[in-house]
Amino acid sequence: MNIVIAAVGGQGAVLTSKILGTLAQNIGKDVKVSEVHGMSQRGGSVIAYVRFGDNVYSPVVEKGTADILLAFEMLEGARYIEYLKENGTLIVNTQRINPMPVITGEMMYPDDLDDKFKNLSINYIPVDALSIAKSAGTIKAVNVALIGVLAKNSSIEKDEWIKAIKDTVPEKFLELNLNAFEMGYRLK
Amino acid sequence: MKKLMLGNEAVARGAYEAGVLVATAYPGTPSTEVTEYIANYSDIKSQWSVNEKVALEVGIGSAIAGARTVVSMKHVGLNVAADPLMTVSYTGINAGLLIVVADDPSMHSSQNEQDTRYYGIFAKIPVLEPSNSQECKDYVKLGLEISEKYDTPVILRLGTRVSHSQSLVELKERNEVGLKSYDYNPSKYISAPINMRKRRVLVDERLLNLEKEAESISINEIEYNSKKIGIITSGVAYNYAKDVVLDASFLKLGMTYPLPTNKIAEFINSCDTVYVFEELEPITEQKIRSMGYNVIGKEVFPISGELSCEILRKVLLNEIKEVLPPFEGLPQRPPVLCPGCHHRGPFYILKKLKLHVAGDIGCYTLGGFAPLNAIDTTICMGASVGMAHGFEQARGIDFAKKSVAVIGDSTFWHSGVSGLIDIVYNKGHSTVIILDNSVTAMTGHQENPSTGKTLSGEDTPVIDFEALGKSIGIRRTRVVDAYDLMELEKVIKEETNAEEPSLIITKRPCILKKGIKFDFKTYVIDENNCNGCKLCLKIGCPAISFDGKIARINTALCVGCGLCKDVCKFSAIDIEVKQ
Repeated sequence: MNIVIAAVGGQGAVLTSKILGTLAQNIGKDVKVSEVHGMSQRGGSVIAYVRFGDNVYSPVVEKGTADILLAFEMLEGARYIEYLKENGTLIVNTQRINPMPVITGEMMYPDDLDDKFKNLSINYIPVDALSIAKSAGTIKAVNVALIGVLAKNSSIEKDEWIKAIKDTVPEKFLELNLNAFEMGYRLK
Repeated sequence: MKKLMLGNEAVARGAYEAGVLVATAYPGTPSTEVTEYIANYSDIKSQWSVNEKVALEVGIGSAIAGARTVVSMKHVGLNVAADPLMTVSYTGINAGLLIVVADDPSMHSSQNEQDTRYYGIFAKIPVLEPSNSQECKDYVKLGLEISEKYDTPVILRLGTRVSHSQSLVELKERNEVGLKSYDYNPSKYISAPINMRKRRVLVDERLLNLEKEAESISINEIEYNSKKIGIITSGVAYNYAKDVVLDASFLKLGMTYPLPTNKIAEFINSCDTVYVFEELEPITEQKIRSMGYNVIGKEVFPISGELSCEILRKVLLNEIKEVLPPFEGLPQRPPVLCPGCHHRGPFYILKKLKLHVAGDIGCYTLGGFAPLNAIDTTICMGASVGMAHGFEQARGIDFAKKSVAVIGDSTFWHSGVSGLIDIVYNKGHSTVIILDNSVTAMTGHQENPSTGKTLSGEDTPVIDFEALGKSIGIRRTRVVDAYDLMELEKVIKEETNAEEPSLIITKRPCILKKGIKFDFKTYVIDENNCNGCKLCLKIGCPAISFDGKIARINTALCVGCGLCKDVCKFSAIDIEVKQ
């Protein structure tokens, strides 16, 4: 299983990859998780990879081989679409965060992304994760709301997902995050 | 028990299990977490040093004094530490000394690419290269054993994808090796010519012995499958190769300096075509060519940037995976100063005053990019201060009056402080601005001499910039609230005009620093007053954008620093009144 997480620095991509990695370990798989931090933490475009199976060598997902692209923002989903394999699943938060070239008026934020995603031969699942996170109690839970959607669309038992979140998220924020997960999971 | 661990975390675990007693470092991506994780083990005395040179010097002292020691840094940090490195190779160590260095191929968060193996060759000390987290842990132990067996420091070379990827690691108990006895041995440890001429001979003998070790060491491993294609590789590149060509034969080098020439010869003679797949420089390849063998390497694989499965797939199998068509013309998303970042104010004013700005390494390097565009130059940690003086030496005092150096608090302690002393001593007139956010922010909030805490969280004296400035002879030191634009402008104008060196300290804690409470409100645009002049966009706040007619504030991102309110000339930005 190859999962690519595409996000804006600060949205919780690293925690998400940690949850997915823990999940894979808990279900007895070999697993590799890789992300790059540093400059990219400061509001830049970030990408993280989670791979699990019987034997995993490369910590990086090859373009055209991701089963799932989990995007925390529309533009970032578009930026990394090449990673998704044909008929792979794109789960994308419909939230829009303007990058600096858009803020300064140098470029326009593309407003046709939704249509473009619809026209690809992929399983496209747009999610208003920001609203879910807000009603779960914190806008920071966008990532776990998306994990809820991912869980619903996976063959791995729901309890395993909840266990992975409990193993990873600090006690203080656990309830909020479990709420967000549940709301994401219940989404049609 | 198996645990999913970051490569850096596994290095820390290896240090713990190997009975390491002392760890020192200066934080630098991608190496930082090594020492952060080590700090969780109370059996190891760990510290942030002010720079990598000092970290290594502390580490050399501790190893000679008998404690197994780990010193960590990123590749560019090893340049700073190169001076003691070259000599500790001669003196040798007593208890094991492992120098963990993380390279950053593709420059995800670095100013250049460097191959640390060259330092191994340069200093004549062995280099080990793990390819996953388990090996990270194992090689720390092995490295310390080699260090003690051969009386040499050992480099553990990591890369971004090894440091920052997680894989499963089998945990073991700590082996308490304890302190070795300390022997007074001046002919070994005093690096005067009379001693070191003799040591030099020993270093070369040691290297010959290490070459023999490389032949038999278990981490230089041959794995024969189909002998049509042989791949000589190391580190993360081994993983890429294993994913792409399962049936090839492999020579996986865990020790990449010195190289096992006999083993390499045996492997090359057994395979039809041999590729050398190594990240960054063709070091192994050149050694093999000097042995008289023809292998395929950098003529088909890139010398810069990260390697990948894609690269190998294309070269070896002439295959390109079908991918979905990329979306053309998407706006880039470069990293930016955070909403509320206190560096924004000083940079806005520096740009407004059209000053020449010698910049430095840290979050605030981002002030050099659009829309702030407030930095002329950045070279390396601590260089801004010396460069500002260089501006003056080249172009005179009038140019100095139009120039400043900007440097962060941690970077100032790292190596800016010596540049400042140089300005005073050489009668310069530069203005140096210390952007003090009371944390080493870029690498993820490490403590430093400005924060009042040590790595382990203990209270420690806060070293005062103002007092330091005065003590080295700077009469003009000013402390300014970084959010106060009017005061900032006034002070910067006064100090750049002064015909003597000045030190300005802009103070406010990093917006993301834990435990800091700000009395901030969220701001919104008053649509009646906004006339779309776009002046507020010039501060480069990610929370403000332009909708074609007026500015908009993204309340999900706004932290309420109010800088935009001070910039707006039409009072169109106001505190949000909650319904």
